[in-house]
Amino acid sequence: MAKTESTFKNMTVVLTLITTVAAVGLGFVYYLTQEPIKLVKAEELKKSINLVVPGADKGVISEVAVKPDDGIDSLYFYEIVIDGKRIATAVKTYTDKGFSGRFTVMVGFDTLGNIIDNNVLEHKETPGLGDKTSKSKSTWNEQFKGKNPANFKLIVKKDGGDVDAITAATISSRAYCDAIQRAYNAFVAYYKINPASAPAEQK
Amino acid sequence: MNQWKNFTKGFIKENPILVLVLGTCPTLATTSSAFNGLGMGLATTFVLVGSNVVISLLAKMIPDKVRIPSYVVVIATFVTIVDLLIQAYVPALYATLGIFIPLIVVNCIVLGRAEAFANKNTVMSSLVDGVGMGLGFTMALGILGAIRELLGSGAIFGMKLFNGDGALVFVLAPGAFIALGYMIALVNKINKAKN
Repeated sequence: MAKTESTFKNMTVVLTLITTVAAVGLGFVYYLTQEPIKLVKAEELKKSINLVVPGADKGVISEVAVKPDDGIDSLYFYEIVIDGKRIATAVKTYTDKGFSGRFTVMVGFDTLGNIIDNNVLEHKETPGLGDKTSKSKSTWNEQFKGKNPANFKLIVKKDGGDVDAITAATISSRAYCDAIQRAYNAFVAYYKINPASAPAEQK
Repeated sequence: MNQWKNFTKGFIKENPILVLVLGTCPTLATTSSAFNGLGMGLATTFVLVGSNVVISLLAKMIPDKVRIPSYVVVIATFVTIVDLLIQAYVPALYATLGIFIPLIVVNCIVLGRAEAFANKNTVMSSLVDGVGMGLGFTMALGILGAIRELLGSGAIFGMKLFNGDGALVFVLAPGAFIALGYMIALVNKINKAKN
């Protein structure tokens, strides 16, 4: 077969053919992988909710988007209902005060606003420093467990709050606090909880 | 052409990273651990083999003046397929490689092999070339990733070999440059000794 000449007609026909075949092929692969990708995403979400609210997988989880007062993007509330009673809410929150770009955090609150547990979902912080906010790297975020932001000041100690910052990663620590604070504010507003009625901190 | 020579040239003699120094961006960015390096290497190998075969098949049919856009469409199609497959079946890898998978489209090595090899050679030779080059790329990325993971966090493939944090610099970009530099020097020495 001789080489096709570069005439206008040839070029148009060949390019059209190639792009059409590519489009059909891609459509087919997309169709094939659509379901598995959805399942994987749902599974990941479930896992991350279960991590901040242990036992959440035994209940029914429903998603609500809530707009915070101090941000453009919505937070996601995952209400966990067991036997018709809401036992906890996992909040997917974010902050733009991180060291490098947005970082998203999942926090679990019980009905009174006490933090059950918390973890990082996505971050671009420095490996070895800012990534210690994540459970897989250090136990740093354990300090939030069981605290109620109404009487536990979500500010690093350096700035007069109650949170121990990570050494050499104060910015990441501040950002993490900011994310949790945003989640708590939205939580309080959404369920109309009076922060003053929070139980006193147990030392 | 001797297929065995064609296959093995990608490992040392014409290694895409260590000798041709093509595709350095994903190399430096994704080799923070051995697993990531291997994953990126294998994804690129798949694209390279696919695009080499298809392009060597179509080479005669594609008019010269539109060959680059045609090649890019072929390559981009394979990359998108890999992207979707990894998302669906290896989510852990997708979480760490993320943005670098779509970027395989602009990895010089893929278009480079299409231009320099696949459009002049038979389908069989192009297939062998794609596999050889891809595995050479994977090998280089795997070794680089292993070195960085070992020095940076004291582990290989996530298995802790010694306690402590390791030298953080090797997990970050400067460590990638340092390790890659020494690897290139070593391969240059081997190639020189052979000649």
